[in-house]
Amino acid sequence: MLILNCPYCGVDAEETELAAGGEAHLKRFGPGSSDDEFHDYLFMRENPKGVHFERWRHANGCGKWFHAARCTQTLEVFGTYSAQTTEPPQEIKDAITAKRPGWVWRDFS
Amino acid sequence: MSEPISALNHASYDGIARVEECGLQGMITLRGDLSDKVLAKAVKDATGQKMPAQREALVDGDTGVCWMSTDELLVLVPYAEVEAKLAAMANALSGTHALAVNVSDARAVFRISGATAREVLGKLSPVDLSAEAFQPGQIRRSRLAQVAGAFWMDDAETFRVVCFRSAADYAFNLLKIAAQPGSEVGVY
Repeated sequence: MLILNCPYCGVDAEETELAAGGEAHLKRFGPGSSDDEFHDYLFMRENPKGVHFERWRHANGCGKWFHAARCTQTLEVFGTYSAQTTEPPQEIKDAITAKRPGWVWRDFS
Repeated sequence: MSEPISALNHASYDGIARVEECGLQGMITLRGDLSDKVLAKAVKDATGQKMPAQREALVDGDTGVCWMSTDELLVLVPYAEVEAKLAAMANALSGTHALAVNVSDARAVFRISGATAREVLGKLSPVDLSAEAFQPGQIRRSRLAQVAGAFWMDDAETFRVVCFRSAADYAFNLLKIAAQPGSEVGVY
């Protein structure tokens, strides 16, 4: 059972209170972008065995979207953070580095 | 005018705890910047309560205010006063980026009372309801089996549960089953 701490209401919410929102930190390529960029934005997703960043919504709760950094292999949660950011905050990166030295995920490491 | 009637019209059930539908409760959903002084004053004028902190429920009888999220409050007022309170609130907030809506008739309210009230609710929600974790003055938005619900404690043995009116019958049936005689678990 996955338990994530909602950074907005401070509740340790378990999986059944949450709704998964897919991969985090996608940059939108809309009108004006090339076909390749739009294709990648629409279809290309990470599927890592290890460190992963995801969006979650506290659906049966405060209703807010937030980000979570976790390990897909062990279900270990490194931390959750605000949705109002385009990259993981430094303390989350540090927490991951402490447990998984040398991790890389898309452009982040 | 037709007479307003709550979803289950005071239906009740006695099991290991007493479950009853509370009847009509005035409720105003208020969204805006909770650090705004104008908003805080509007809440104070309507309920006499201060601005609640995170997950705080400041409720006295059928008047009070509950923290619903970082930009949302649930303002409780007596059902008969809801229109007047809402008008006063909308007037006070006219220059502010905020929204107040009367949701009284979109909700149902239940009261669970008795020494095993924590157990009855604990069977339905994925929430730690032990006395160390959940106390009067706190509110928790969560789910009751498959429907959304929020609850707070009026005292050490009484919960009040709010859910959507459309799910009132479902929620009442859940609570009745959870409160069946002989179904004590003895966890809390």
